[in-house]
Amino acid sequence: MTLTAAPPEARATHGRRAPRRRWRYAATVAVFLLPSLVPLTLYTLAPMVASLWTSLHEWDLITEMRWVGLGNYAELIGDPGTRSAFGHTLYFIAGYLPLVYLGGLGLALLLNRAMAGRSLLRGIYFLPVITSWVVVALMWKWLLNPASGIVNWALGLVGVSGPGWWTDPGWAMPSIILASAWKDLGFVMIILLAGLQAIPKEYQEAAMVDGATALRRFRHITLPLLSPSSFFVVVISLINGFQVFDQVKIMTGGGPGGATQVVVSQIYDLTFRYGRAGAASALSWLLFALVLLVTIIQIRGQKRWVTYG
Amino acid sequence: MGKALRYLAVGLGAVVMLFPFAWAVITSITPSDAVLAVPPDFTPDGASLDAYGKLLETLPFWRIVANSAWIGAASTGLQLVTSAMAAYAFARLPFPGRGALFAVYLATLMMPLPVLVVPLFIEMRMFNLVDTYFALLAPTIASAFGVFLLRQAIRQVPREFDEAAVLDGAGHFRIFLYVVLPLIKPALATFAIFGFMASWNSYLWPLIIIKSPEFMTLPLGLATLHGQFTTEWDVVMAGSVVSVVPILILYVFAQKHVIASVAQSGLK
Repeated sequence: MTLTAAPPEARATHGRRAPRRRWRYAATVAVFLLPSLVPLTLYTLAPMVASLWTSLHEWDLITEMRWVGLGNYAELIGDPGTRSAFGHTLYFIAGYLPLVYLGGLGLALLLNRAMAGRSLLRGIYFLPVITSWVVVALMWKWLLNPASGIVNWALGLVGVSGPGWWTDPGWAMPSIILASAWKDLGFVMIILLAGLQAIPKEYQEAAMVDGATALRRFRHITLPLLSPSSFFVVVISLINGFQVFDQVKIMTGGGPGGATQVVVSQIYDLTFRYGRAGAASALSWLLFALVLLVTIIQIRGQKRWVTYG
Repeated sequence: MGKALRYLAVGLGAVVMLFPFAWAVITSITPSDAVLAVPPDFTPDGASLDAYGKLLETLPFWRIVANSAWIGAASTGLQLVTSAMAAYAFARLPFPGRGALFAVYLATLMMPLPVLVVPLFIEMRMFNLVDTYFALLAPTIASAFGVFLLRQAIRQVPREFDEAAVLDGAGHFRIFLYVVLPLIKPALATFAIFGFMASWNSYLWPLIIIKSPEFMTLPLGLATLHGQFTTEWDVVMAGSVVSVVPILILYVFAQKHVIASVAQSGLK
């Protein structure tokens, strides 16, 4: 008892008789917390609340707001423009996710063994990840230029007449998907490579002793033990995929003929082209709700395929 | 798979990753009249730096590079300070409602940027801050991600260290500065790298809030350049090259750390 009892001075800190000390403690907490809490409130929390409020109004950013209740949401859900924007976003994800995952997995498997120049190769594959989206989109727009681009010229050499890429409604989204997969491949590879290297070598060795083929070892040991990393990649890629914008804005601006108009492009246009800030806010909340739903489903569903070793 | 085949595959992959950069450099030094040539003119009459000259004439390019650099540095510095301090409070200073407040921080992490940009724009307009440096910086002063990351790091610092400092008569500010901060340097470095990259590459927010060339950052400047010179790819590529070089130099030095931090983020 005597050993654990606090000295009188320390006990006073928590007692009611030392308001000055309590004030000093509260002031200390405030000094540590406020530099982040004040800007977070002003530039994140307040806009969140404002956005929710705006979504219940019709507002052209100039004249007075007009209350419409859930009118914006009702209108958006029935609107073909919204549906096609979500459709294009899902099309993007459906092309991008398998490409970037399988490509990243292939590279990670190749680099998972000791080889000369491995860290240099890793550095090279990661280079597009640190490059800004604007630069990547511009470089690809030039590579995939239908008339003077090097890709169509190379295709011509092997007798293939290259498509119109970002100028062709049918090829615009594949162009964006290609550039996006190229940019993010290194990120996925690094995550999966770290996952592969965390798998204990004994498992593989034991299976080899038992005579398991490489394919069976991959299916029954590598893939299940890699599943937490795969899960992380899928969750992050989906969250980013739903918010795809920069590359679309630069490469096609949502065109041609609206063929690549994704949800965030639609939010941008609703606000700054059509002066419909209320509808834009409502659409951004629909997007948030969808992302949240998909993420929750994945977290709930992870028990089925994710093994934590 | 044969060793040779493996090398061939990763080598080809590396070429695919590097070629767009190389092609950007080549295009940027091709004389303007040869840029659109079909088939590509691989042996133009000498290289030309005209595109880089044009770049400087069209935009206040150096100012834009400087903007990106100082805004990146300021935003990273501010985030480091505000996040480390808040992280210390969440890890070491119990107060009523702390758990709930931390949950609020985490909730903002899930907010997609598109939800925030429209009301943020309106807020900035209300205070007459559209087209200012302040508006560019404001949303990056605090970082919920940073608070989360650094709190994890601080929680791993053994409490015995704090207690020893208390016995020496140190208060919270001294413990924070001289005990905790030096011990979480790796986490601070990771966060600084992510923060700088995010700021350097950010496009959507500057696109919405900045109109004048003198306040632009590189991604926005480049996009504007592309809007003006839709067919002059030598100029656009010159701009791209210039904007990649600084981050590339930084990357060469920090590569091991960058890759290690990203790899860590997937291992939970």
